[in-house]
Amino acid sequence: MSITPNDIKHIAELSRLELSEEEVKKFGGQLDSILQYIEQLNEVDTKNIEPTAQVSGLSNIWRADDVHVWDEGEVEAALSQGAREGGQVKVKRVL
Amino acid sequence: MNLNELTIKEARQQLDSGEITSVALTRACLDRIKEVDEQINACLTVCEAEAMAEAAAADLRIKSGERGDLLGIPYLCKDILMTKGVRTTAASKILENYIAPYDATVVAKLRDAGAVMLGKTNLDEFAHGASTENSAYGVTKNPHDLSRVAGGSSGGSAAAVASDMCIFALGTDTGGSVRCPASFCGVVGFKPSYGRVSRFGLLSMTSSTDVVGPLTKDVYDAAIVLKAIAGDDSRDATTAPEAIEAYEKEIDIAKDKSLRGLKIGLPQEYYLKDLNPEVAANLRASAEKLEAAGAELISVSLPYTKYGIPVYYIITPSEVSSNLARFDGIGWGLAKTEAKNLQEFYKATRGAGFGPEAKRRIMLGTYALSAGYYDAYYKKAQAVRTLIIKDFTEAFKKCDVLLTPTAPHSAFKIGEQVNDPLAMYMEDVFVTGASLAGLPAISVPAGTVATKGGKQMPVGAQIIGPRLSEGLVIKVASVLE
Repeated sequence: MSITPNDIKHIAELSRLELSEEEVKKFGGQLDSILQYIEQLNEVDTKNIEPTAQVSGLSNIWRADDVHVWDEGEVEAALSQGAREGGQVKVKRVL
Repeated sequence: MNLNELTIKEARQQLDSGEITSVALTRACLDRIKEVDEQINACLTVCEAEAMAEAAAADLRIKSGERGDLLGIPYLCKDILMTKGVRTTAASKILENYIAPYDATVVAKLRDAGAVMLGKTNLDEFAHGASTENSAYGVTKNPHDLSRVAGGSSGGSAAAVASDMCIFALGTDTGGSVRCPASFCGVVGFKPSYGRVSRFGLLSMTSSTDVVGPLTKDVYDAAIVLKAIAGDDSRDATTAPEAIEAYEKEIDIAKDKSLRGLKIGLPQEYYLKDLNPEVAANLRASAEKLEAAGAELISVSLPYTKYGIPVYYIITPSEVSSNLARFDGIGWGLAKTEAKNLQEFYKATRGAGFGPEAKRRIMLGTYALSAGYYDAYYKKAQAVRTLIIKDFTEAFKKCDVLLTPTAPHSAFKIGEQVNDPLAMYMEDVFVTGASLAGLPAISVPAGTVATKGGKQMPVGAQIIGPRLSEGLVIKVASVLE
């Protein structure tokens, strides 16, 4: 399977990445060769093999649902950029 | 000997005896940074005033009789760990002026222990790479040969330790990022078991394999730093609840070179036929050292080894594409405010903020997770990951630890592989397995290899142990020194 420039543009759109025409060309070839290399996984028989998502050996780690008062200064510092209005973060118009 | 060249153990002794002060030790490190870092480019931020104040505070604590392994010891921190009040860039333009509002758990632990943070080190952008060439702030050069890479992604930390800019450094390892640069720079690099060290405040790359680990001048120091940063953390639900051990005590036991009763597995799939002959010879010498200390060498098989890289380069980009979705220009970081609407704002900000490798991984992951491809790529990789883990489980029924090379060769020339991402991914051939399986693995300097120009460059040997066997790994590794 080969990745076309339109595929790259579509993936970039899904990824919310603005790419130059040069990048579209470069990434196309590179992703193609990486995916071809990855195809070798098809040699492996994985019938009845459970997928592994994590290796901590833990499940259902709970903690009390306590409210922690976060330092006001840290909250302010966390939102270090952009406009705010009435305690809300202001973003560009959606449409 | 200059103070900045001391190990933690040596500095500790001299600080406690009153022979030296943390202020003098810190000054020596800062002077060394000024002397050599213009050439090496290991540090992205140096916080001299804060470091000197922390050193003075540590001296007061020592003077008042307080004792602690890292009290007054200066270190450098990989710039992907959040540090309150000191900028955290992840070596990305998207976080160029970002100042974290709080400390990562590991940074807070070191702060409480009285360690002195000198600054933040260079890395591949968001830890995507094996050479530190993907940094938005220039490549880190190998202190042994400035025309070569330091390895990556914790290249700044490894180069800083190798050139004595600090007493130790913190790195992070997702698929070899502590061990590869340790091998290239000739220092010790330890990736603990997944979950042994908290990831809270580590900017996530691949959440299912990310681990924080030390880069140090010897194995003893790696044990001391690991003990200080390890442990359960209510703010990271994947941390292991098991108690931390006094890892350095294992080395005292190993002093008589007694590995009697231990079986060292040599995985035949790691001993490639086309392996650099000098790397192979160094590895044989390492195996002989372990044998001389009483260990038995046995051959083991990890048949799914060759699938480690393809699995890693599906799972990593998939998790990366999701983790880096939070960098959207809202609230913090770069913002391209001239965009007309929200969609364009996201795309312009991310297009300008991320470098080529981050973009490649985001797109690869988005593709692998997209409708119609999820089963063929992501789920398939997760199933093969299970088989890779099973390989290790089976091997550890026959042996106690594994001995392998860390990297297939010594540090390569800067720019040599920069246009071939696939060749770069192959750098991880010996290190991805332990990451995918969440196992502790250490790289210890193990001889040198001659470059084409005749220069001797360091290479590392890797010891991999079963999950949460950090003490055993340290014990065996200390025999290789």
